[in-house]
Amino acid sequence: MWQRLTEEAPQFFGYYNLVFLAEAAFATFALSAVGCVLGFLLGFVIAVVRRTLAWELVPLRSLAFLFTEFFRRVPFLVTLMLVFFIFQALGANISVFTVALISVVLIATAFIAEIIRAGLESVHRNQWDAAAAMNFSLWQTIWYVAMPQAWKIVIPPAFSFFILFIKDTALASQIGVLELTYAAKVLNNKGFSAVLVFGSVLVLYFALSYPLTRLGMWMETRLATRGHR
Amino acid sequence: MRHVDIVDLAASYADTPVLDGITLGIDRGQIVSLIGPSGSGKSTLLRVLMGLLPPERGHVELDGERIDYGKRDQVRRLRDRFAIVFQQYNLFQNMTVLNNVTIAPVKIKKRDRGEVEREAKELLAKVGLADKLAAYPDELSGGQQQRVAVARALALKPEVLLLDEVTSSLDPELVKEVLDTIRLLANEGMTMLIVSHEMGFVREVSAKVVFMDAGRVVEEGAPAGIFDHPQEARTQEFVEKILRH
Repeated sequence: MWQRLTEEAPQFFGYYNLVFLAEAAFATFALSAVGCVLGFLLGFVIAVVRRTLAWELVPLRSLAFLFTEFFRRVPFLVTLMLVFFIFQALGANISVFTVALISVVLIATAFIAEIIRAGLESVHRNQWDAAAAMNFSLWQTIWYVAMPQAWKIVIPPAFSFFILFIKDTALASQIGVLELTYAAKVLNNKGFSAVLVFGSVLVLYFALSYPLTRLGMWMETRLATRGHR
Repeated sequence: MRHVDIVDLAASYADTPVLDGITLGIDRGQIVSLIGPSGSGKSTLLRVLMGLLPPERGHVELDGERIDYGKRDQVRRLRDRFAIVFQQYNLFQNMTVLNNVTIAPVKIKKRDRGEVEREAKELLAKVGLADKLAAYPDELSGGQQQRVAVARALALKPEVLLLDEVTSSLDPELVKEVLDTIRLLANEGMTMLIVSHEMGFVREVSAKVVFMDAGRVVEEGAPAGIFDHPQEARTQEFVEKILRH
């Protein structure tokens, strides 16, 4: 086998294959990054909405609750299909990549909303009381008091979710998005050995997720320990 | 006109009634103490007054202006003039001592940071914590945290100060520190409503003592009256018990 690999390698790592893999890696990166960043921002908003008390916001709160519960329960692949066929039924002409983008944002938002909600719940009630007694608004309480204390609860599960999430974007290959897993299948079908193809893809997935782990560790020491040197 | 008029306030936790129609008047600059057994509703009354627990009925009048707890803008107005020191201090764990004291005046009341910091440092010096400005709450003893909480409340320049059992979790030496701070304030003419188990202190500083039991005001009057000649049987029983200790 070793001999076959060394014979095949120069051809496999040819210009066109490298460009192809780079494009695929970029798609995986884009899906993950957009999912994580937009998912975090929207998830944050949903977590905050769920903490509001005003009766006027009851419909919005219920919607936030239903959204998180629904998209955390539906398998990623099903969400992809759902978004895909809904747009098809509407006659909208959008690319499969856009379908995948929308799906990853929906999923990431739901999961991160729940992680942030748990973080906010972990902040002791007496902190919210003190803020309310001094006329802090909900946003001010969250910004100045709750989030600084919630980071250490939010960051570890958020980053382990991000890492799972990078791998889950592989499912987008099922609707024909050219990302790493799809590219591997194409190259494998072209006759390149599975070990070479999936080995390279494995390295690329690792290269995408390892810096994220480091970022998570860095954020943990930066944000989660503020106030407790 | 009274400074604060509490009118028929009633509240429950879940289905358990804890305040059963409290009516109480406080004059400007007066110090009123709430005494009574645990669970009589003293701390709950302070929470309701601060708008932290919505009452089932009743309202408050501030200088004759009616405050309904169902109206957010009215509660905001009340909180702008009230401050509370919580039994558990409730200092913000993520902020230094100085930040705990300055954050609300700077961020909520939008006052000038330099001026607020100068005042905060003065207040903290007054409560003996000039050397702890950069410390975090979990680095302080209970008594020190309690004094930070007092300084934080004072930095808001409230008209009315609510103190919730500010000495209950402190050892005797610290009790003295905190009580001295409050005594100092008392001389500055602030209206205060105090929940306390320190009967000696209550007797010394209060213009009026209110005995509560089972969510009601049983008896109110001058300290000498309540402690030496209680009228109600329930008050007599309570006073006898605590004086024997």
